Parts: sequence; structure tokens; C-alpha cells
Amino acid sequence: MDESIVRTEEQEFLEEDICVAENLVYKKPKTLTDIDLHYCPGCGHGVVHRLLMEVVEEMDIQDKVIGVAPVGCAVFAYNYMDIDMQEAAHGRATAVATGIIRVLPDKLVFTYQGDGDLAAIGTAETLHTCNRGENILIVFINNAVYGMTSGQMAPTTLPGMVTTTSPFGRDVKTMGYPLKMTDLVAQLPGTYYVTRQAVNNASNVRKTKKAIQKSFQYLQQKKGTCFIEVVSNCPSNWKMTPVEANKFVEEKLIPFYPLGDLKVPKEELK
Amino acid sequence: MAKVKGDIVVDIEKCKGCELCVVACPQGTIALSDKINKKGYHYMVKIKDNCTGCENCALVCPDAVITVYRKSGKKKEKVATISNVQKDMTLEVN
Ligand SMILES: Cc1ncc(C[n+]2csc(CCOP(=O)(O)OP(=O)(O)O)c2C)c(N)n1
Ligand code: SF4
Ligand code: SF4
Ligand code: SF4
Ligand SMILES: [Mg+2]
Repeated sequence: MDESIVRTEEQEFLEEDICVAENLVYKKPKTLTDIDLHYCPGCGHGVVHRLLMEVVEEMDIQDKVIGVAPVGCAVFAYNYMDIDMQEAAHGRATAVATGIIRVLPDKLVFTYQGDGDLAAIGTAETLHTCNRGENILIVFINNAVYGMTSGQMAPTTLPGMVTTTSPFGRDVKTMGYPLKMTDLVAQLPGTYYVTRQAVNNASNVRKTKKAIQKSFQYLQQKKGTCFIEVVSNCPSNWKMTPVEANKFVEEKLIPFYPLGDLKVPKEELK
Repeated sequence: MAKVKGDIVVDIEKCKGCELCVVACPQGTIALSDKINKKGYHYMVKIKDNCTGCENCALVCPDAVITVYRKSGKKKEKVATISNVQKDMTLEVN
């Protein structure tokens, strides 16, 4: 036998490494900067930032989108989203967005606002922007408290919910009832698409992303105001672990703020 | 080895140890480490080799630190079958 030939068993060389480019299924979008988010561990703000930027990357609209950042925990949103952004005074984001879309009607403009921002100090701006049907997307992060200022009661706080300014629980007789902004704006003729979503589990995250995708498509078609409420969390001020906080979202917040579309375009109704 | 279909890569220095990925994983593939990162958080690690690449962990991660890979299609792909090899021969697959 020829010495130079080594008889090997029939050998199969198998591709073992899964972490190769062709198998990539999920990666942080490039439109999200590499700056570490300042949010507390488990905060829903991070998830919604990421979803917005995923959609911007996938729709290839980075140079067309202009965001308006709020006052609240998301005040530094412009550090994380690699797009043109403008900071607004507390509650005034939709008024600022109105200015932008009127001057630059071909841009895709969105606001990003908390419940203290949108549903308390900014109620008037929000309702009138929706009533005028400005061609913008309003992203409303409802975590049922004023997160940034250390957990005071918001208009969205649940009845009986303990906050720093309702230490014995929200008493609706003296503190009023939770304000369902999303239900209100759905009644206004100016709004085109109104939906309530959540980011407390993977399935809801997928649905929230779809809602964002749809909204940007409607903005491209100049259909009018799109409004997405995202039922979110605030583990730090709720004094819960992130896992407990998302359970609270599931068990307490979502039953009070049911998820789903409140207004869908007439032409899409079967 | 188990039928691995997926895998994840975690940027452990950016992880905040919130544990949301751990409860979102249907396979029990991941957990928080006993060790901490530079920020002082217990970071997420793989403890089992049974990831399916379903993306759930990455979807719920607020800090976008997880990259997910999934092998598409059938079983393992056969790259080459070698029978007779000469001594001193260098073999290159791919
Ligand atoms: C005109 C004005 N009034 C009040 C404040 C104080 N302030 C800062 S953030 C905030 C509320 C933030 O709550 P929310 O909008 O729900 O955002 P979150 O932090 O919960 O995301 C308030 C009242 C301010 N910065 N400016
Ligand atoms: S205070 Fe609440 S809303 Fe603000 S970053 Fe922390 S968890 Fe998020
Ligand atoms: S991709 Fe799916 S199976 Fe793999 S670790 Fe993440 S959640 Fe678990
Ligand atoms: S969800 Fe993200 S930040 Fe939280 S523990 Fe998992 S990898 Fe870390
Ligand atoms: Mg809030």
C-alpha cells in the first residue's frame, strides 16, 4: 500500500459554528447609538427606543425621521436614537412636532412622551394636535407614575395604587379617576390610527413593533395623527424587581388599559 | 451534544442584570451569573446548550445587548466527505 496515503474513515466535516453572519437573526439596530442607556434595569423605555430604531433601520428612513424628546426619564432620548431630534419643554412635544411638520411636511415626525408629560401638563397640546389631525406619530409611554421625579401620582395612576403622593393609595373621590388619553383621542376625527400596546413580554413587543411600522407607513401616506400608547413599567418607583414590575403590568395595568387597536383606518376594516 | 439550532452572544458589560430575558426564554437556556460586570450587575450567561434562536430574550432586553443566531433549514450541513488523504497534505474546508 502506498505509504503516502492515509486511509481515513469516511469523515464528514460539519459546519458547527452557529454564530456566523448567515445565521444572524437578531442584532441591535445601527440606528441605536452605542451609548449606554441611563435607564434603570428592566425599564420599558429601552425596549421602545430599540423598537423605534429597528423600524427606522428596516424602513430605511433614518434621514427622513425627526423625533421630539420629552421631559421625563426619556429626556435624553436624543442621545440614543441616531436621528434628528428636538427637545421640547414638558408636555409641549406635540406642539413642537406641529411646528416641525408644518415647515417640513415631507419629514416623518414623531413625539416620544411619558404619561406625566402627555396626560398631565401636556393634555391640551395633545388633544388639540390630535384634533387638528397633524401628520405625526405620538408615542405615549404609560408607566402610571412620574418616573423621573421619583414616582408621584400621574393622571394614569390606577385607583388604589400607592405612589409617593398617594401613600394610602389613589382615592378617586379626592384625586380623580385615571385619565384614558388613548380612548379620548380615538374619538377625535383627526386621528387616523390609535392603538394601545405593551412591552412586558416578547409577544407584546412584536405587536408594538408592528404598530410602529404601520404608523410610519401611514405618515408616509400623510393620513393624519397616529397614536400609540405603550403600557410600560417603572420598576424603581414601583419598588419592584423588573420581573415583578412586568407581572404587575400583566395583572393590574393591562386589565385596566386593555391592549389592542382603538381606531383602525376605515379602508382596513373588513 | 444536543440539537443546537440557535445561539446567542451577550455584551456582558452592558447588561444590567434585569433578568427579563431569563423569564422570557422558553428553553431555560440562560440565567444570571454569580459574577458581576464593571457596572456591578450580575450579567446574563448561557447555562445550557439548548438555544433555539427564538429571539425572545433579545426582544425583551431593554438594553439591546443580545445578538441571536439561528441555523436555518434542515439538519447539519455536510460540507465535504474525505476518504483518501495524502500525508503532508493540507486540508482546507470552505
Ligand atoms: C414645566 C415643568 N414642570 C414640571 C417639571 C418636573 N418634571 C420633570 S419630569 C416630570 C414628570 C415625568 O413623568 P412622565 O412624563 O410620566 O415620564 P417618566 O419619567 O415616567 O417616563 C415632571 C413633573 C418640569 N421639568 N418642567
Ligand atoms: S425611574 Fe422608572 S421610568 Fe425612569 S428609568 Fe427608572 S424605571 Fe424607567
Ligand atoms: S434565543 Fe430563545 S431559546 Fe435562545 S436564549 Fe434567547 S430566549 Fe432562550
Ligand atoms: S434582558 Fe438584557 S439587560 Fe436584562 S439581564 Fe437580560 S441581557 Fe441583561
Ligand atoms: Mg410616567
